[in-house]
Amino acid sequence: MSTDDLNSPEYKDKIPEELQGTVAITTLDRIYNWGRRNSLWPMMFGLACCAIEMICTAAARFDFARFGMEVMRSSPRQADVMIVAGTVTKKMLPQVVRLYNQMADPKYVVAMGACASGGGPFKEGYNVVSGIDKYLPVDVYIPGCPPTPQALIYGLMKLQQKVDKQSIKEVYREAGKEIPIPVLGPDIMDPRDYDKIREYTLKKAEAEAQAATAAESAQSA
Amino acid sequence: MSEQVVATEQDLLLSRFPEVVKPDERKGYDGYIVDSKALLDFAKTLRDDLGYDYLSSVTGVDYLPEGKMEVVYHAYKTTGGAPLVFKVQVPREKPVVPSLVSIYPGADFQEREAWDLLGIKFEGHPNLKRILMWEGFHGHPLRKDWHEPYYEEEHKPYKSRWPEGKAFRAEDRNPFGKNVDYPAGFDPAKWTPDISDALIYEGLGRIEKPHDDLPTEQIIVNLGPQHPSTHGVFRMVVTLDGETIVDLEPVMGYLHRNHEKIGERNTWLMNMPFTDRLDYLSPMSNNFGYALAVEKLLGVKPPERAEYIRVIMAELTRIQNHIFAIGMFLNDMGAFFTPSLYAIEERELILDVFEAVAGSRMMVNYFRFGGVARDIPEDVMQKIHDLAFERLPRRIDELDRYLTNSEIVRARGEGVGVLTAEQAIAYSTAGPVLRASGVPYDVRRAEPYGIYDRFDFDVAVRYHGDVYDRYLIRMDEVRQSIRIIQQALKQIPEGPIMTGKPQYQHRVPPGESYGRVEGPKGELGFYVVSNGKGNPWRYHVRAPSFINLTALAEMAKGHKVADIVVILGSIDIVLGEVDR
Ligand code: SF4
Repeated sequence: MSTDDLNSPEYKDKIPEELQGTVAITTLDRIYNWGRRNSLWPMMFGLACCAIEMICTAAARFDFARFGMEVMRSSPRQADVMIVAGTVTKKMLPQVVRLYNQMADPKYVVAMGACASGGGPFKEGYNVVSGIDKYLPVDVYIPGCPPTPQALIYGLMKLQQKVDKQSIKEVYREAGKEIPIPVLGPDIMDPRDYDKIREYTLKKAEAEAQAATAAESAQSA
Repeated sequence: MSEQVVATEQDLLLSRFPEVVKPDERKGYDGYIVDSKALLDFAKTLRDDLGYDYLSSVTGVDYLPEGKMEVVYHAYKTTGGAPLVFKVQVPREKPVVPSLVSIYPGADFQEREAWDLLGIKFEGHPNLKRILMWEGFHGHPLRKDWHEPYYEEEHKPYKSRWPEGKAFRAEDRNPFGKNVDYPAGFDPAKWTPDISDALIYEGLGRIEKPHDDLPTEQIIVNLGPQHPSTHGVFRMVVTLDGETIVDLEPVMGYLHRNHEKIGERNTWLMNMPFTDRLDYLSPMSNNFGYALAVEKLLGVKPPERAEYIRVIMAELTRIQNHIFAIGMFLNDMGAFFTPSLYAIEERELILDVFEAVAGSRMMVNYFRFGGVARDIPEDVMQKIHDLAFERLPRRIDELDRYLTNSEIVRARGEGVGVLTAEQAIAYSTAGPVLRASGVPYDVRRAEPYGIYDRFDFDVAVRYHGDVYDRYLIRMDEVRQSIRIIQQALKQIPEGPIMTGKPQYQHRVPPGESYGRVEGPKGELGFYVVSNGKGNPWRYHVRAPSFINLTALAEMAKGHKVADIVVILGSIDIVLGEVDR
């Protein structure tokens, strides 16, 4: 990479001619982001079919090492971006959220494919989460079923553009904030929703009781 | 001759079990209906006296209008031939069936699945827990009167979307804006968290005092569901004595995508693209199996050219699956990603062919009832030709040279994860796992489908039953597949690729049908029941990866913890198919 990309445009002319190309004057944000955007390490974490395309993207033909993204980390502690590659099921959701919580800030989420973005072909399934964005903040959505490797690379480049625009202050504002881990009950339960759930089930019970008495009186009449 | 054999078999069964065994006389159905009291004896007779030593598939059907639950079994002889189908019918309110695990251990996971999804109790099952959903989930979702949170209508196409296409999001109708629903009166504050884990830990075997002189403690370790070696979201819970595996329990369902429930709402053709997503590494084979099952019911036969195209595609699928599996297997052995790069390079070329004929690299949706969706263009034909005659044989030899005698592969593979032939049959394993244990059973030979009887190929078989042999089997099979493709390319005629006009809606005559193919992972079967409407009444997948896992604990016991990774890699599972 040449220093031109690194220079802040407003300082460009201030560099003496003999030092141009060797010295760069830039802002902290810019150099910080320059480092981050070129070493976005994804978490090695595949959920379903989309993960196979992710593997292909890492392989010789497409090779996202060209963008500094080839260092797939199996540990969330070492990863910058979680590529949610595949269908998120309710049974898997607590683990996905926990993994997200364990990632170090700043962290990003890419929803790869129709399933991760909105449930995809399996949306109506009883064990399928209709989009990971119901639980985690998503930065980039990549459409496709599965998205081709080209699409994945494009999505990751979009993420790089997002990184470029961030400032250090903003990046760490949310640092350390954890997302409550959903609980497997009769169905998946978000701890933040408990009151709502109680209200709903009470109402449902009442409605059922009413229907039962109505049916009874109809029978006796 | 075969007529007579069948007749005597039937006579024998009916005379030995008077009253309790009856031929299934419903129109379009086959096999026997067995009284649940006689089931164990019946199964024993099948296995010991008639040679049906391989119980391939166990599943349940909810006949809601008749108020019955039915458990359907498909048994085979490992020497080949057609299945023997038998069924047990029980009342819906109290569905209890004796478990066949004592006779056919391979029924283990399948019975658990039927319990989980349909609520059929298997009496005498050693470990009857939920398998795909978690303990505490409300209801048994495959029952016909159980509705999911996003339930709209019984069958597709939904009126709300078609033909006027009033689009809305299912979330907007749900009070939570999510895919959730809770039973009436439920209070989350009083909920004791999920007990599945506790049950698993309790159920694991331990050995008392493994070392006389050492006070040691056995520990329980979880591998997965997020673990780089589990090929997706799969979990193994193991008890360890030092580094040695005492017991293991596979835990699955982390990718349970409700394939069957969705499939029973879909129209017949709509299921085709869904089958791609079962074993997403070999979509063409999945298409093949489903097409066969439905074609049997419809009574159509694809034209010659389509038959050849099907074979070419299915074998290309097998090749790309196996080389990918080998690459990943080397990953598991510790040769991280370099062998995979070689494997994926070849796979990409095959995916190019798929993309050219079907429009998508992975999710091909290529087969149709009575043919295939598109013809192979001339230039793609040339590509396949080059692959089959030039490139692939060369590259397979190259892989072979690099890997087969590599010290690492041999040292970590030989004698590890051994499964004897008897065990392999008893656990209903299929495909490379079965054949590596010395059982030359290949559906393409045992009960040829399509036009497989026309080709000259060997059923690969190896005899040690260890990890190394499973690797070798895949190499052998790739070579055989290349042979088949070469023959098919020489013989393929010109002509139509579809019988009749392409249709969106099929009127499928009532009845049941089981279509099976030799997929890359093993016998892939589709059991479908039609009631004459536009949607399948029952749609069940006999998933080879899932059933092969039944034998995992047996293979792993006594080995070191690092070996399970390799053993699992040698089974070659795909989670989309395990969990469906
Ligand atoms: S978006 Fe499609 S390819 Fe990706 S996980 Fe979902 S079903 Fe599979």
